[in-house]
Amino acid sequence: MAELLPLEEAVRELVRDGDSVAMEGFSHLIPFAAAHELIRQGCRHLTLIRLTPDLIYDQMIGMGCADRLVFSWAGNPGVGSLHRLRDAVEHGWPHPLELEEHTHAGLANRYVAGASGLPFAIVRDYLGTDLERRTANVASIACPFTGERLAAVAALRPDVAVVHAQQADREGNVLLWGIQGVQKEAVLAARRSLVTVEEVVDELGPGGPGGTVLPHWVVTAVSASPGGAHPSYAAGYSSRDNHFYQAWDAISRDRDRFLAWMREHVLEGGAGKPQASPEEAHLGPA
Amino acid sequence: MALPETSLAAPSEDGREPRYTSSEMMTVAAARALPNGTVCFVGIGIPSLAANLARHLAAPDLVLVYESGTIGARPSRPPLSIGDGELADTASSVVSVPEIFNYWLQPGRIEVGFLAAAQLDRFGNINTTVVGDYASPRVRLPGAGGASEIACCCKQVIIVMPHSRRGLVERLDFVTSVGYGSGPGDRERLGFPGGGPSMVITDLGVLRPDPGTWEMTLTEVHPGVEAAEAVAATGWELKVDPRLARTAPPTERELSTLRALDSLGW
Repeated sequence: MAELLPLEEAVRELVRDGDSVAMEGFSHLIPFAAAHELIRQGCRHLTLIRLTPDLIYDQMIGMGCADRLVFSWAGNPGVGSLHRLRDAVEHGWPHPLELEEHTHAGLANRYVAGASGLPFAIVRDYLGTDLERRTANVASIACPFTGERLAAVAALRPDVAVVHAQQADREGNVLLWGIQGVQKEAVLAARRSLVTVEEVVDELGPGGPGGTVLPHWVVTAVSASPGGAHPSYAAGYSSRDNHFYQAWDAISRDRDRFLAWMREHVLEGGAGKPQASPEEAHLGPA
Repeated sequence: MALPETSLAAPSEDGREPRYTSSEMMTVAAARALPNGTVCFVGIGIPSLAANLARHLAAPDLVLVYESGTIGARPSRPPLSIGDGELADTASSVVSVPEIFNYWLQPGRIEVGFLAAAQLDRFGNINTTVVGDYASPRVRLPGAGGASEIACCCKQVIIVMPHSRRGLVERLDFVTSVGYGSGPGDRERLGFPGGGPSMVITDLGVLRPDPGTWEMTLTEVHPGVEAAEAVAATGWELKVDPRLARTAPPTERELSTLRALDSLGW
């Protein structure tokens, strides 16, 4: 059964320095509050895995949490670059960042293989691109039935998956809906998983389009974290804060301004959006 | 309403105020390329704007598919990202990322894939990864995302990008997505189900693959543009189709609809 824990305690129990950590959510349901907790706890030498590093990994990379990044599209959607990520890649600040880059189809299928308990998955892309020779964990194989050449991608088994969802019940069953991304696959592929939720409820609601339940026995820990996806969003609870995504461009462009913002809004308690106090978050079994 | 500034603007017939910008011409040309009912995979930016413009004009039954897994989205306000709630709320189906790629894109169910490119070569191959050396890039770009799978598997691909020597290059710094590889036979050799790039729409004109060599060739120029300008703004020796056509200027309805979408922030 998933343990209901305050976020601070859940992160301390589940995430260790040097872990490979997948914090997923495709534009929607991005676990920002959990990432801020990892930053506050000073996590180091992580391999960060995400299809779209987004602002969440821009912040973690800029704060020096990551040695390695496994990803497939690194930009601020509709706005421009991730400046902290680019600074790490182009100038090694705050330290160099090793990249393993994929296509969306390839990285999504690495999670699928991990979730399926298989050693690899197959896709059609990569062939003919420079990714094929540049990227670790991609190989060309022949179909045993037709001889057709395809790309194989190695299964991904992160140490920890962290996702955000709308609801959990008191047993730790998790309900999420709307744009689903690869959250289910990331949780099922990972050795340990933490789900932050908008609210803990007595009975899970009907949800909405794309509704998915993760049963409590595949989730390690659940933490209440209302608003914990901001500036991303949780369908049914909040809207994407597009203004913040646009504002991040200027905040993140300059190292000092970035550090000042992180100090004010993350290190010193997270002022940006209300986050649950430890008392509120510690719901525990009823 | 303020128009976006561009380097080139077509004069009106009386030679006074520009009636539309070259960027508007590019978006209108892209919208016209989508027949009604087409199933179209779109990214954010000009592809999404052009596809939604088409939906408001001649193609109300266009089926828009976004890589966030929203199939048949009919957004009434502009999404900033492919994951905006508006896309899920208006979609006929919402599926996971593995599903959108494995079940919908990979088998060739999508008719048109719309792509942007930082660099493009004469065979329609695309770079969206790095400018300069991979290990120590001058500019780190976002990477592949869904583009390489779109390029591989859609029945046809339409690329929309501004026309410049920096963008249309002799040699890519990195091949992120494959067009026609190094020429005839490459897509077949790679086993790609899709047909490859059918059009490159720029702010100067339209390039289409030569049916013999698959080399991207100037087949159309926009009003007020001479072929020589497009050739000069291309990093390879751009061939010009002898039957070079001229794009029809945007109609009043195309322009007013585009500007109405623009005013919503599209």
